[in-house]
Amino acid sequence: MSTDATLMKIAFGRLTLQAFPVHQPILVATFAVVALGGVVLLGLISYFRLWGYLWREWFTTIDHKRIGIMYMILGLVMLLRGFADALMMRMQQAVAFGGAQGFLPAHHYDQIFTAHGVIMIFFVAMPFITGLMNFVVPLQIGARDVSFPFLNNFSFWMTTMGALLVMLSLFVGEFARTGWLAYPPLSGIAYSPDVGVDYYIWALQIAGIGTLLSGVNLIATIVKLRAPGMTLMKMPVFTWTALCTNVLIVAAFPILTVTLALLSLDRYVGTNFFTNDLGGNPMMYVNLIWIWGHPEVYILILPIFGVFSEVTATFSGKRLFGYTSMVYATVVITILSYLVWLHHFFTMGSGASVNSFFGITTMIISIPTGAKMFNWLFTLYRGRIRFELPMMWTLAFMLTFVIGGMSGVLLAVPPADFVLHNSLFLVAHFHNVIIGGVVFGAFAGISYWFPKAFGFRLDPFWGKMSFWFWVAGFYLAFMPLYVLGLMGVTRRLRHFEDPTLQVWFVIAEVGAVLILLGIVSSLVQIYLSIRRREALRDRTGDPWGGRTLEWSTASPPPAYNFAFTPVVHDNDAWWDMKHRGFRRPVAAFNAIRMPRNTGAGFILATLSGIFGFAMIWHIWWLAALGLVAVLAAAIAHTFNYQRDFQIPAHEVERTEGERTRLLSAQA
Amino acid sequence: MALTAAGGNATAETPVFCLAVEHEHAAGGSTLLGFWIYLMSDCLLFAALFATYGVLGGSYAAGPAPKDVFELPVVAVNTSMLLLSSITYGFAMLATYRGRVGATQGWLVVTALFGAAFVGIELHEFAHMIHVGATPQRSAFLSAFFALVGTHGLHVTVGLIWMATLMLQVGRRGLIPDNVRRLACLSMFWHFLDVIWIGVFTFVYLGGMLR
Repeated sequence: MSTDATLMKIAFGRLTLQAFPVHQPILVATFAVVALGGVVLLGLISYFRLWGYLWREWFTTIDHKRIGIMYMILGLVMLLRGFADALMMRMQQAVAFGGAQGFLPAHHYDQIFTAHGVIMIFFVAMPFITGLMNFVVPLQIGARDVSFPFLNNFSFWMTTMGALLVMLSLFVGEFARTGWLAYPPLSGIAYSPDVGVDYYIWALQIAGIGTLLSGVNLIATIVKLRAPGMTLMKMPVFTWTALCTNVLIVAAFPILTVTLALLSLDRYVGTNFFTNDLGGNPMMYVNLIWIWGHPEVYILILPIFGVFSEVTATFSGKRLFGYTSMVYATVVITILSYLVWLHHFFTMGSGASVNSFFGITTMIISIPTGAKMFNWLFTLYRGRIRFELPMMWTLAFMLTFVIGGMSGVLLAVPPADFVLHNSLFLVAHFHNVIIGGVVFGAFAGISYWFPKAFGFRLDPFWGKMSFWFWVAGFYLAFMPLYVLGLMGVTRRLRHFEDPTLQVWFVIAEVGAVLILLGIVSSLVQIYLSIRRREALRDRTGDPWGGRTLEWSTASPPPAYNFAFTPVVHDNDAWWDMKHRGFRRPVAAFNAIRMPRNTGAGFILATLSGIFGFAMIWHIWWLAALGLVAVLAAAIAHTFNYQRDFQIPAHEVERTEGERTRLLSAQA
Repeated sequence: MALTAAGGNATAETPVFCLAVEHEHAAGGSTLLGFWIYLMSDCLLFAALFATYGVLGGSYAAGPAPKDVFELPVVAVNTSMLLLSSITYGFAMLATYRGRVGATQGWLVVTALFGAAFVGIELHEFAHMIHVGATPQRSAFLSAFFALVGTHGLHVTVGLIWMATLMLQVGRRGLIPDNVRRLACLSMFWHFLDVIWIGVFTFVYLGGMLR
């Protein structure tokens, strides 16, 4: 019997049948739905014999456009999961008053708020911005692909593996109950002995490698692969913001890697970095994680500022106001984002001078951000504004983000922060800037570049439904939290005693339901747009009257992006081309050298995922095997020297001839 | 740059808007820059470990202090191993740029031996410390010490695996441009680890003896 137990422990580590939450009806129901959906999806793929197609054309692709699209799909799928968590929290808080305990036990509720934060930041917002940058940047700079196409595919799959591990924690074991940044000592082995924090650590470590590498990749791409004539100060603003964001990624993500690695050493080996014993210092963790965490929020918002800049200029029919100041504002924010981390814990007690320094640097950030806001306003001023969907999201952003920014400046005042720290006011503030900024911006970007990616526009009616549900839902859901926060209600509570607070939580719940309708509308929009794609078709490649190079090629662009490398003379290169008599060349095409697809990224990421899973469950033999396999596969991949292939000139000619026909049919 | 218009004539009114000839970026033209950027991220990884050591390095928890566990002569030998390996890698690169496969391989072997000696001596030092009770679990100072020095050692070990792989690849395909580029990347990596080690030696070992 005991030898059996030992054998089981060696074979499966901590993984036992108890790890499967068969006694929790919510999880069982979720599992049933996910399993059913999964079986149907896999069945359909097999029925239509799509496995080969998916593997060849998507999973192994090194085409930056397809990888970008896959990132967006990942973000969208994870948004559904993260939002389900949000809805459950709102429902719980709306009913759990006085004698009523609500429907979520504490053990489950704590996992939900942790998972919500982790998923929304790492597996929704990050894939959205990485996806947008991946898709748009090479097109905007007139390049054929990114600098390291294989690495790009690998990065995507690492991010996906991280997301997969978080999803797995729902059905095998449990997730962390620590809040999204897993502060020790709570996240230490003494207070979180189960697998939850380990899921958190390995999901983020694996996804973090992907993010870091995609940061390196995009910097190299922007520095090295710009079209001739595109000097730094002629780069589109979105590309500028992408450059700054990726600099931040490269400068911030190693800190996260180290912080989580030290936390894992504390948990796995018994070191004393962040423990309360033997000289350990939990506040060191808090400092380190925010040295990553504050740049992280600018990593999310900067490219979104870029999206708004492109959208505002395009739909106002005007050159962006104050291009130079926009660029400098972006760079200043990039630098300042490194000097403010301590404002996340003024209450640490670092003293008046330190707190003043970080309070003041925080307030200074509002200056370049304000400059951007005025630049967008002046771009709108006397423009011919077209209220298409991307523009509507932009206007909603401008209003909402200013409110969120102002509550942020308020929080930057240390004495005020001592009162509001960890309250729902803070929760309202960061949702105000993340939903009002990053989410609205991602939707603006999606509706703006969707026709470029797929060759047809998104249905405007359902887009507007989604827009109004989201905007109204956001205000209803989060303005009450400001009020509650000012009344002193702290975050992450499962149950309340004071019945007078309930009405605010009920209003917030209504807001969350409206946002649900907004998300449903978005899904309907995508479905209907695919159904009615012929009516919504964009044959010109330039459906909005665009200004930058991505609109000069076909929608969707051919694999090689541009038949001839463009030459840039102006910030708004395509606008300049259109207005100075550019004629699209229709003959004398050249053969084009392109990178070749490879399954190596998928394989490496899968092995990393197996390694992570084994580490989480202490299945040491599998972890060792996984690590050796990752190394071996990586080394084996370097023996492949044949990374390119040639698209012959006649094939380019055929593709471009097709486009010529479409364009002349249009005219 | 000679720009030729593809289709349409370049006149004063219509400037050249695209290149008629395929604008080839040399294969791997971004690799060295990309690798530099990666190294800078690695540098920040070490910066975070140095900062952790800076904050926790004095927390002995009534356990051993640097003076009790560091043996400077051993560390001095070890440092010279790593510095010499950097010089010999430099010779390997000189041979590479002259296209001499045999000399390149030879210097790589010497470099790898120095590197392996470094890792060996470091492991010996660790074993000795653990033997006398200065384990990573004993105090925050020792946790931070093992994390910082161990991460550096792990990097050197990865560098050795990479070096072995490259020697195999140079042996099979010679000094083709792909291989020269890879050797240059490993060269940057190797010298970078040297620079980090100088920080470790100064900040951890010498600084530790002064505490």
